[in-house]
Amino acid sequence: MKNFLRNRKAVAGGVILIFFGLVAIFAPLLEPYSHNYEAFNIWQGPSSAHWLGTNGQGQDELSQLIYAARDSLVVSLLSAAFISVVQLLMGIFSGYVGGATDGVLSTITNVFLVLPGLPLLIVIDAYLKTKNTFTTITILTATGWAWGARVLRAQALSLRDRPFIEAARMSGESRWRIVTFNVVPNMFGILAANFFGAATYALLAESGLMFIGLLNVQTTSWGSMLFWAQNDNAILEPGGWVGLIPPGICILLLGVAFGLLNFAVDEVADPRLRRN
Amino acid sequence: MAPLLELRDLHVGYGWDAKSTTTIVRGVNLTVDEGEVVGVAGESGCGKTTLANAAAGLLEPPGRITGGSILFQGRDLLNIPAEEMRQLHLAQISMVFQASMNILNPVMRIRSQFWDAMKVHGVSSEDEAMERAREMFDRVKLPRQFLDAYPHQLSGGMRQRAVIALSLVLKPKLVFLDEPTTALDVVVQRSIVQMLNELRQDLGFGVMFITHDLSLLVEIADKIAIMYAGAIVEEAPAQQLYEAPDHPYTKSLMTAFPPLGSARTRMEGLPGTPPDMRSLPAGCAFTPRCPSAIEGVCDRVPPPEMTDGQAHRVVCHLLDQKGASVG
Amino acid sequence: MARLTASSATSSTRKGPALVSTLGTVGIPAGAEQGPVPALEVTGLTKTYQVGTIGKPKVVHALTEADLSIGRSEIVGLVGESGSGKSTFARSVAFLERPTAGTIKVDGQTISLKPSAGELRQHRSKVQMIFQDPYTSLDPLHKIRYAVARPLKTFDVAPSDQHPAIVNQILTEVGLTPPEEYLRRYPYQLSGGQRQRVGVARALAARPSLLLADEPTSMLDVSIRLNIMNMLLDLRQSQGLSMLFVTHDLAGASYMSDRIAIMYAGHLIEMGPAQDVMSEPRHPYTQLLRRAAPDPASHFGRETRFESRGDPPDLTALPEGCPFAPRCPQARSECRSAVPAWRNVGPNHKVRCVLY
Repeated sequence: MKNFLRNRKAVAGGVILIFFGLVAIFAPLLEPYSHNYEAFNIWQGPSSAHWLGTNGQGQDELSQLIYAARDSLVVSLLSAAFISVVQLLMGIFSGYVGGATDGVLSTITNVFLVLPGLPLLIVIDAYLKTKNTFTTITILTATGWAWGARVLRAQALSLRDRPFIEAARMSGESRWRIVTFNVVPNMFGILAANFFGAATYALLAESGLMFIGLLNVQTTSWGSMLFWAQNDNAILEPGGWVGLIPPGICILLLGVAFGLLNFAVDEVADPRLRRN
Repeated sequence: MAPLLELRDLHVGYGWDAKSTTTIVRGVNLTVDEGEVVGVAGESGCGKTTLANAAAGLLEPPGRITGGSILFQGRDLLNIPAEEMRQLHLAQISMVFQASMNILNPVMRIRSQFWDAMKVHGVSSEDEAMERAREMFDRVKLPRQFLDAYPHQLSGGMRQRAVIALSLVLKPKLVFLDEPTTALDVVVQRSIVQMLNELRQDLGFGVMFITHDLSLLVEIADKIAIMYAGAIVEEAPAQQLYEAPDHPYTKSLMTAFPPLGSARTRMEGLPGTPPDMRSLPAGCAFTPRCPSAIEGVCDRVPPPEMTDGQAHRVVCHLLDQKGASVG
Repeated sequence: MARLTASSATSSTRKGPALVSTLGTVGIPAGAEQGPVPALEVTGLTKTYQVGTIGKPKVVHALTEADLSIGRSEIVGLVGESGSGKSTFARSVAFLERPTAGTIKVDGQTISLKPSAGELRQHRSKVQMIFQDPYTSLDPLHKIRYAVARPLKTFDVAPSDQHPAIVNQILTEVGLTPPEEYLRRYPYQLSGGQRQRVGVARALAARPSLLLADEPTSMLDVSIRLNIMNMLLDLRQSQGLSMLFVTHDLAGASYMSDRIAIMYAGHLIEMGPAQDVMSEPRHPYTQLLRRAAPDPASHFGRETRFESRGDPPDLTALPEGCPFAPRCPQARSECRSAVPAWRNVGPNHKVRCVLY
């Protein structure tokens, strides 16, 4: 853990993530105006009243941006959490338990791997009657777990035959005790790295789907801001750039934060990757 | 006659910059004559592999030679251009590494690897290269058809022989062997060691044989140098070292190999662990583990080198103090 | 502190190493004969497993019909090269691998080849293992205290309030003193030799009657090996433990063992008192092994050529009869028809060879 805090990538990524986290938590306090208030003049450029101007709906852009942090963070982090849980369970049951269970679960994993992600998301989404944050998280989890599950399975498989696991068996430990106390802790590195990878996936997928208009665009998120901006002809308007660039940069920054944390966890978990 | 290889006061360090460099090899003097087998024995971390890599010109950063000189046939290897050094490799100086059976390219047939190596060293025709390879395979007692095989199709022992054949195919004058048989079974090990001996007698190359297995070394080396914490603590002809070791570390290495077939008597090992090269004690590095250490002397003053005037030298205070003679 | 070591003074007459302690001969402690109930009794132990692709299945005969007993407080050295089946034997007795056939009796009690969880736990409370690689046989994420204390819990060795004291006691037994120093350390903070001692401590925590040591010193530095071997000998002395010392190193086996058993290609081929097997090996393979092992004491003044033909056989295609026959310079036709039966060649010394 100490190594982690000393790692520059971890610090950089962590700072960005914490920054956005704080923004999201304190959004109602931070936003200069209510983000829903729509009576301003549209497409005003930045001014002292509106630091990032107004968007095509007449809302204050900065308020929107601040509030949207909530949705983006919640969706990406919660999806990542659920994905990680699914991956871990699949990995353990497939890799450590093995046998027929592995046969069945691996086939399922492979099927999900083969299905093309984005079309699958779009198709599932098209059939959804209600669209809210919860359904978004669900479909992202359903499509995002397969690749990491394969990685975790491989790791569980390799751990199963390690001498210290055999030694635990010789020490009379029950299978479940071994899994919880010996196997999973030794998988933590890859698990944590996968978490951030999943978070990146969720963030970008959600933003992308929002932009296309497939998710509930009434939600305030950076992706939906892009949707509305495009819908409101931001490219043509002189003040229109505020509708596109700030949300885009936020998505970028958060994605970079996840990426940095991903690399940092990789490096800390596997000393061979460190490079200073 | 000038020795084949001469290491003079060689110092080798590891580190990315001058401040954080740890000296791994501390002032080694060693010579290998033509046709001679010089054994270097010591435990892991004593610096013997670093020594071999440095002497063979294979040291990579962060390893660096920080002092002393290496003379090959009288030529100073530290001051020749890299291209010339590359030409020396394999043709004049070659090295067989530990677990060498794994250095063969797994996706190339063995004969292609021979051809690759020889091409670089000016062998122009593939036919000539193959002829030489076949000859070498005969010498290492491998069936010729295995030249066409992939490495994974050979057992560990056979691959080691193939690697030895590869390292000798250009008939180098000096061969470094770094634990060439450690990963092999004892029967295979004996065959390979015997084969190396025959090859040496035929082709006349000099050998530096690095290993932790002193009992093996005693059987095959002409002279043996014992390394501890980066320095040579004793050097003598093999038989003399075995029968009359002087340095306490040599003696304990001897006892670490219980003799076969004799009555089972209890032997004591060495306490402690090899030292941390970053913080060596003043005086003799072996002091913390030495059963005969003299307080006030061994832990303060670097020990002198004592010699019998011939081939046996010891770096130790004990002889000095007792006025005893070496060997 | 300067202990006089007889170095140069008597060099002309003495050959060999100088340090011989005054502790005397090692052996079975006085008064502890081979009890009526052996610690381990194995008959016909066989282990095979499938490899190969669908359509071309192959069976690896890792272990074939092995019979071996280990008496109370006895150390048996199991010697062989890689692929000989020695590790498979130990792992099968430990049930880290499921034996294919045979009988295993510990302290007189047979254990089923497909034991229930309860049976397995009972078995493991009596038979413990020391692993070869000290660098991978301890969980890197747990402190030493965890590794040594867990068996006390799982095998119900004593009430929980006594555990800390017992852990300290065990650590002292294996030479890790002061124990408090080591309890809170992680494996990466220990040297190879120390880690191996922890491995032994963990095995001892179960209070077993039999220790299966699978090449416990081959990954340790040379000067440490003797310390670990001496520690095991001391434990045998003080606690009456029986041991199976699996190794490829003839010298180590002869130092440690009361009896030595030699394995080749999954078969036991010679067994007898260590001294006898080492000084007068009977089986041609044992003789080959003996000649191949480095032995400086008998080397000087004798130049003999070492002949060895061929390699150990492919375990998926064992030849008919004696597995060593293809390489044996004294092979006869009867060697190839059936695996030779055991024949006695001395007190407690038997060989599986038609020559006797």
